[in-house]
Amino acid sequence: MIIRSSDKVLVQGITGKQGTFWTERMQEYGTNVVAGVNPKKAGTVHCGVPVTASAVEAMEQVGFDYSVLFIPPMLVKGAALDAIEAGAKGVCILTEHIPVRDVMYIMSAAKERGVQILGPNTAGCVTPDEGFLGFMPAFNRKIFKKGHIGILSRSGSLGTLFCLNVVSAGFGQSAFIGIGGDPIIGTTTRDALMALDQLPQTKAIVMVGEIGGTMEEEAAQYAASMAKPVIAFIAGGAAPTGKKMGHAGAIVVGNKGTYKSKRDALEAAGVTVLDTPAGAVEVLRERLGAVA
Amino acid sequence: MNFAEYAAKPLLREVGIATPEGHLATTPQQAAKVAQSLGPCVVKAQVPTGKRGKAGGIKLCSDANAAASAAGDILGMEIAGHTVDTLLIEQQIAIDKEYYAAVLTNAISKGALMLFSTEGGMDIEDVAANMPEKLLQLEIDINHGAKIADVRQMLSPADLGGAEAEIAEILCHLYEVFIRYDAELVEVNPLVVSADDRIIALDCKFSMDDSAIPRQPEIAASGCPEKLSLLEARASELGLKYIELDGDVGIIANGAGLTMTTMDVVSFYGGRPANFLEIGGDSYTKAKPGLEVVLSNPSVKSLVVNFCGAFARCDVMTQGIIDAWLELAPDIPIFFSIHGTGDVEAVAMLKQRMDMEPYRDMDSASKAAVEAARQ
Repeated sequence: MIIRSSDKVLVQGITGKQGTFWTERMQEYGTNVVAGVNPKKAGTVHCGVPVTASAVEAMEQVGFDYSVLFIPPMLVKGAALDAIEAGAKGVCILTEHIPVRDVMYIMSAAKERGVQILGPNTAGCVTPDEGFLGFMPAFNRKIFKKGHIGILSRSGSLGTLFCLNVVSAGFGQSAFIGIGGDPIIGTTTRDALMALDQLPQTKAIVMVGEIGGTMEEEAAQYAASMAKPVIAFIAGGAAPTGKKMGHAGAIVVGNKGTYKSKRDALEAAGVTVLDTPAGAVEVLRERLGAVA
Repeated sequence: MNFAEYAAKPLLREVGIATPEGHLATTPQQAAKVAQSLGPCVVKAQVPTGKRGKAGGIKLCSDANAAASAAGDILGMEIAGHTVDTLLIEQQIAIDKEYYAAVLTNAISKGALMLFSTEGGMDIEDVAANMPEKLLQLEIDINHGAKIADVRQMLSPADLGGAEAEIAEILCHLYEVFIRYDAELVEVNPLVVSADDRIIALDCKFSMDDSAIPRQPEIAASGCPEKLSLLEARASELGLKYIELDGDVGIIANGAGLTMTTMDVVSFYGGRPANFLEIGGDSYTKAKPGLEVVLSNPSVKSLVVNFCGAFARCDVMTQGIIDAWLELAPDIPIFFSIHGTGDVEAVAMLKQRMDMEPYRDMDSASKAAVEAARQ
């Protein structure tokens, strides 16, 4: 999901505390928020945009491209299905702790209607100087700057760190995609890698993965076919087996989802895998030359 | 959350999958009494883990005396970190064939996956690795559900001696359990055909999606929550994600990814992390209780605090750490790395209240913490 300044954005759960706070930040940054949803406050105006009873109604009244959800876990299924039914191009689901069964229903409906899902359990996505979805500090000039590095991350905090390192070294981002820390997510590592690769302004990609699942291994197959350099860091090499490390998806089960399996697959595909995050800048300079 | 066999089997019976007659016992005397009513029986340790048989936690007994003696051996046994305090005593079944059946969530297809094999009673990972053609699989789109015709199609390569229809139906029932109770995995190994031609689930493994626990309160109450250390339990009550590890470098960071990475970086420089503690997301104002928990571990010899503010603000988190640090006045060194939202305010606060500067990045802060822990 690459957000553009021309994209019309719906905020479901706009009137809540987080919804309000982050809608204001998104608007200040230039995100084109056109409406919000809260069935109990339909007909009112919030953050300067109309509030509707549903995403379907918002689509009829003002139209939108992407919806971003500030919705508690047990209500996400209904809200996401509403956005899918409305005909959204994409739905960004920030919420953590959504039951997996609900996520599977959402994914199935999205697939049928050709709707992109970002998340769940993501901090969102940022296209510097254009807009952002979610709760990323896009407005912080030390963290985000328009440039040529595509960054994708399962973790919001760690993705932020890489964004910061890239900017402090004089680079900037073509786009940032937070894919989320849940075991089942809509936009996978491979999907995000492809989206960033296809952006003409992207010159190199930083992929921030973590233990658990097989998404990095699948992405490695695509990375092997890429002309642009890919640099990866995989979090969780020091994590014990069988423990969920904060993210529901970050767990090594038996011999599945291990650090080694991911690192081996990525290195075999020609990806530079970093030992620690500090190395990213050096490798970028080597691959892209000094920044003017 | 995992369930012990005795808590999982009622879920099967509810949808019409047969299980052997059985009762619980917590003493050898009770075991003998149950065995008396059942005749030849199996005494099974009730702990939420596999490999109970290999660990000696399952014994076949011919009569009540044997059952009492087996119960005496098994009660109190440690299996994969669980102490056995409950036994399930079940009637022995004369087995003709052993199959494997399961339904689980599948991250790749983003739906459910049904598995069946005629190689029951074995470790299914071994079947998948050594004879993959024996592991039959059906991907299920949850919006369409498990259709009997699709299940029959999946089963078609297997020779089930005329039981195809009945087994297909059992698999659909298993899928019902999976959906109704928010399972991550529901597995029957073995699913047997008895000598008198009944199809019976001899064992059942069930694990529930942790995120669904709030809407499954009744069933969840019979599950086995993850075993926590005293400190982990205290942290959990405070709403913090804390995992105790066996090292001596304490770690506090915001966000799961950054916290894991701080552990990795500490390990990379030759140190051993004492814990995982994440105070990001909703808990970013909980730096103070977080620090108290980390410092309650007597093994901690140095501490690295690694913040990268996004949604979580560095100044709020740092203030919590400083408040707790000044109050508790621990006798160990602390090393900061602070970047992102609110970092300028946080760094100024650190200078003013603790007369300290943060390290340039997490690598240098972690390295310093590792060296300090060595001294």
